[in-house]
Amino acid sequence: MQQPSESSRSLLTSIATITAVVGVAALAFAYTAGWFSPSRITPAKMLTALVGAKGPALGHRRNHARGICFTGVFDGNGNGAELSSARVFQPGEYPVVGRFNVAGSDPKIPDPMAQVRGFSARISTPDGQEWRIAAIDAPVFAAPTPQDFYAFLSASASKDPAAFKRYSSAHPEILTFIAWVKNHARTESWAEDRFNSLDSFVFINASGAKSVVRWSFLPAAKAVTLRPDELAALPPNFLEQDIVDRVAMEPQRWELVVTVANPGDPTADPTKAWPADRRTVDVGTLTVLEMEQEEDGPCRDINYDPSVLPSGMSTSDDPFPAARSAAYRFSYDRRMSEEAHYPRTGTRAEP
Amino acid sequence: MTTRRNGFTASQRLLHWSMVVCILAMIFIGVGMLTAITPKNLILIQIHKTLGIVGLALALIRLMLRLIYRAPPLPSDLPVLMRLAAESSQYVFYLLMLGMPLLGWGMLSASSHPVVLFSNVQLPPILPVNPHLYTVLQRAHDCLGFLFFALILAHAAALLFHKLVRNDGVFETMAPGLSRDESKR
Repeated sequence: MQQPSESSRSLLTSIATITAVVGVAALAFAYTAGWFSPSRITPAKMLTALVGAKGPALGHRRNHARGICFTGVFDGNGNGAELSSARVFQPGEYPVVGRFNVAGSDPKIPDPMAQVRGFSARISTPDGQEWRIAAIDAPVFAAPTPQDFYAFLSASASKDPAAFKRYSSAHPEILTFIAWVKNHARTESWAEDRFNSLDSFVFINASGAKSVVRWSFLPAAKAVTLRPDELAALPPNFLEQDIVDRVAMEPQRWELVVTVANPGDPTADPTKAWPADRRTVDVGTLTVLEMEQEEDGPCRDINYDPSVLPSGMSTSDDPFPAARSAAYRFSYDRRMSEEAHYPRTGTRAEP
Repeated sequence: MTTRRNGFTASQRLLHWSMVVCILAMIFIGVGMLTAITPKNLILIQIHKTLGIVGLALALIRLMLRLIYRAPPLPSDLPVLMRLAAESSQYVFYLLMLGMPLLGWGMLSASSHPVVLFSNVQLPPILPVNPHLYTVLQRAHDCLGFLFFALILAHAAALLFHKLVRNDGVFETMAPGLSRDESKR
């Protein structure tokens, strides 16, 4: 037992055992971190694909970078309580901090060139819970899954002209989306736009019954659409100027309408609209009371992460809210660390 | 019971090993959730936050027990460097066990992100919303997470070294199993 050769052999065995244990643990960690999965779509890759070759505007959101803050209220009318036990559907008035925006990673994109318009809101209730919403004016989304969306972005940016063809022949729904982007009639105002959740969510009511829903904000203002030549002639900040002027004149309103899926409806795929006859419930009115420039406004430091939901709501089988949450967080981390590039000007106190 | 205690108390062992499970789960979820966009992310993040708060509570109890019962002495023939590493790493572990959950909670507060745990338990913010503060806390939470895992690996290697190479009884002081302590008295 005490022979040197045996004891040195057992020392070697011991060291090998220790190395193996530590090594396996380290490998498991590296695997989880994705270091062996170069094809994994990470939030970083998704944002790089979204931002494109020009690179990000430091300090700004990586997508929907151009925007303006608003504050207002949501008046719950109580009708939503049959679908969800969330406090926001009890009759009452709840404060909102939101943001009108346009798609794209350039915070200076001229408003007439904006292809998609967006609207975000954070509704807070007295129970300390929040409902964060990020909606756009498109009727359906561009891709059925985050992986497909990434493939679409990559194909669009590819130097290979056949790349997009390959994607679109496998995913004809992208052509529908692009046709909408190109051809839909632009309104003269964010206040005249309808904004859609696109993604589906699950509402749970007080007795535990679940419904899969999507929702839309329907403008009270009548839509006045612009011809392409009229749109092109408008100043680069016409949307911003318009909303500031309108809200200064009188509060702007949207009805929040929840659409309930029937069994079998495509709840997991935001490129697929649900049949028009689905039941809808008007759950309340969102009123925009005041506008503020983003740099000094209360929306700048909010991440409108659509997975932030009050109790009585949850995500559905739609894979996008989780992917958006991951990508938005990554974008938030970057822009917060770049705050010096987009500082407060001091017209409003730091929060 | 006047004989010198040879190991950590049963309660200390139980806390140690349940925290091993919690902390490893948190570290793996943490590093996974930063690099994936899959739907299971959302539930994993909620587990991470819940375990973080549970871990914070356990760490406080553990610190109290440690102050009451202390640690069993290290073998007297332990080389100085190993003794130094063993003793200093204890402090770092306690700082991390208490600091990581507070950093996580603090960074969510500084980014005005609600801290929602399982069964919709919601925690209040502990810091004001501030981009600079958020960035500092978020980076600290990230980096210290890697450091935490590296330390755990070193800790595991050291324990195995005590057991397999030195066989000096250090491993047994914290070995799982609640009755061993009694049998040694």
